[in-house]
Amino acid sequence: MISVKNLKKVFGTKAAVDGVSFNVGKGEILGFLGPNGAGKSTTMRIVTGFLPPTSGEARVGEFDVEEQPVEAKRLIGYLPENAPCYSDMTVSGFLGFCGEARGLRGTKLKDAVDRAIATCFLEPVVHQSIDTLSKGYRHRTCLAQSILHDPPVLVLDEPTDGLDPNQKHEVRSLIRRMGKDKAIIFSTHILEEVEAVCTRAIIIDRGRIVANGAPEELKARAAGAGTIVLRAADRGGAALRPFLEKLEGCSAVEVIAEQPAALRLRPKDAASAEALAARVHELAAREKWKLVELRIEEGRLDDVFRSITLPDSAPGKES
Amino acid sequence: MSCCGNIWSIAKRELSGTVSSPVAYVFVVIFLLLSSFFTFMIGGFFERGQASLVSFFGWHPWLYLFLVPAVGMRMWAEERRSGTIELLLTLPITTWQAIAGKFLAYLVIIAVALLLTFPVWITVNYLGAPDNGVIFAGYIGSLLLGASYLAVTSFTSALTRNQVVSFILAVVICLFLILCGWPPVLNLLSRAVSQGFVDLVASFSFMTHFENVQRGVLDLRDIVFFVSVIVFFLFATHAVLRARRAG
Ligand SMILES: Nc1ncnc2c1ncn2[C@@H]1O[C@H](COP(=O)(O)OP(=O)(O)O)[C@@H](O)[C@H]1O
Ligand SMILES: [Mg+2]
Repeated sequence: MISVKNLKKVFGTKAAVDGVSFNVGKGEILGFLGPNGAGKSTTMRIVTGFLPPTSGEARVGEFDVEEQPVEAKRLIGYLPENAPCYSDMTVSGFLGFCGEARGLRGTKLKDAVDRAIATCFLEPVVHQSIDTLSKGYRHRTCLAQSILHDPPVLVLDEPTDGLDPNQKHEVRSLIRRMGKDKAIIFSTHILEEVEAVCTRAIIIDRGRIVANGAPEELKARAAGAGTIVLRAADRGGAALRPFLEKLEGCSAVEVIAEQPAALRLRPKDAASAEALAARVHELAAREKWKLVELRIEEGRLDDVFRSITLPDSAPGKES
Repeated sequence: MSCCGNIWSIAKRELSGTVSSPVAYVFVVIFLLLSSFFTFMIGGFFERGQASLVSFFGWHPWLYLFLVPAVGMRMWAEERRSGTIELLLTLPITTWQAIAGKFLAYLVIIAVALLLTFPVWITVNYLGAPDNGVIFAGYIGSLLLGASYLAVTSFTSALTRNQVVSFILAVVICLFLILCGWPPVLNLLSRAVSQGFVDLVASFSFMTHFENVQRGVLDLRDIVFFVSVIVFFLFATHAVLRARRAG
């Protein structure tokens, strides 16, 4: 549904987006990750036809966003960053306007507005003026606007920004629900959100895509991913180490803490981690260690994110 | 047609936003107060002893000079300041429809203000027997004049996210377009340059063309002038909105 090829956007002399390409199909939820100023919003603005790209192309459905903007925009629901709304209107007035501008009339319009209000839990504030709303309601009003016409493509720029934990949860499950039959791109800098919601994630840094894959794939890239961590209550770390080093399939042992013992084992290859963990378990039973923890580290998105977006670790850094 | 439907949706939204704020009312009320004040107290309506609205329309270029930029300054500046421009321009409408819709909304406000001056018209008809054709031409001319100021304001409003800056720029441009046809300025100018040049400068002025219309002569050339100014500044608005996004 969304296809972006070699997108580039230059502001003055600065490339905000620099050669970004990706595809999002129906049923996919693409998470856009990146530090502030990475170019997430700029990419989304190009996809939605708000900004023209300096070069490259963005297509939505079968339409090129630059050549057939109106047709492309019909397919898109867009929640801009900071959820701007016409603050001099009421919630229902605002949604009515958006629906009308999208060609909905009469009962169709009314049904669409009612549905969006229900979906975004806006009933208590329907007739309230937008400038008197709390931030969470404002945000959801703008979100309601984006799903009003039940678009096949949703572009959500930080949809959970500024919401309280309950609202965040609601919005995430809403996105997951809608993701079943839509193509969705959403940006965030909350990493758990990516794991909770996305089918695929892209990490973007200084205008370039630095990682692209399913959240599990990305997590596997973390420094500690696939290692085995064990803790024993009654032994010292140094005392356990020689036993573990002798285990088949273990390439390195690192003592994290001495008392109570905490150690990290690195398997020879990622696939043998489970077999190695089983062997550790047997060994502990045989030697009667009081094992309080034994797990295979999953890897944290956090670590991956930091290792590839920290200024001094990325190749070809500028500024 | 969906094109007109879109323009009308935008215009309606803009009107509802403006009507729910005091700006539109203040505009209409001040326009009515000032136009009556100038006509009857300063313009010498009664002293003239003639049944015409020359003294009424004569003040319009000056009244509009401040009132139209004041009512229209938020047109694009506010959209940009609040970020709603991103919503507006990602709706399935063209930039032209958005420009036209907004322009239309404020034109309606000016038209309403003009219509509400009907007591002046009644007064002059009560006191004498004016040529109502001339008065009608005056109203058309006045609306065209207001629309031209409004197009200028649309342009300056697109230039900045600050309403005050947009107001000041609009006043300066409109003032320039008034003054380049104002007799005192033209007299001064004719001492320095040839008459042909003076006439050229004057032909770009609102004053030159508005004076013709005011006298009841709805000349095609004057109408073409006002329409050209409107089209020019709406094109300029479009160009600014494009350039702003091109980065
Ligand atoms: N209209 C603009 N003019 C100039 N620079 C801009 C503009 N919009 C964004 N930028 C710059 O482009 C870069 C990317 O911004 P943005 O896409 O908003 O990042 P993100 O959403 O990932 O935080 C930033 O360095 C920002 O300063
Ligand atoms: Mg952003």
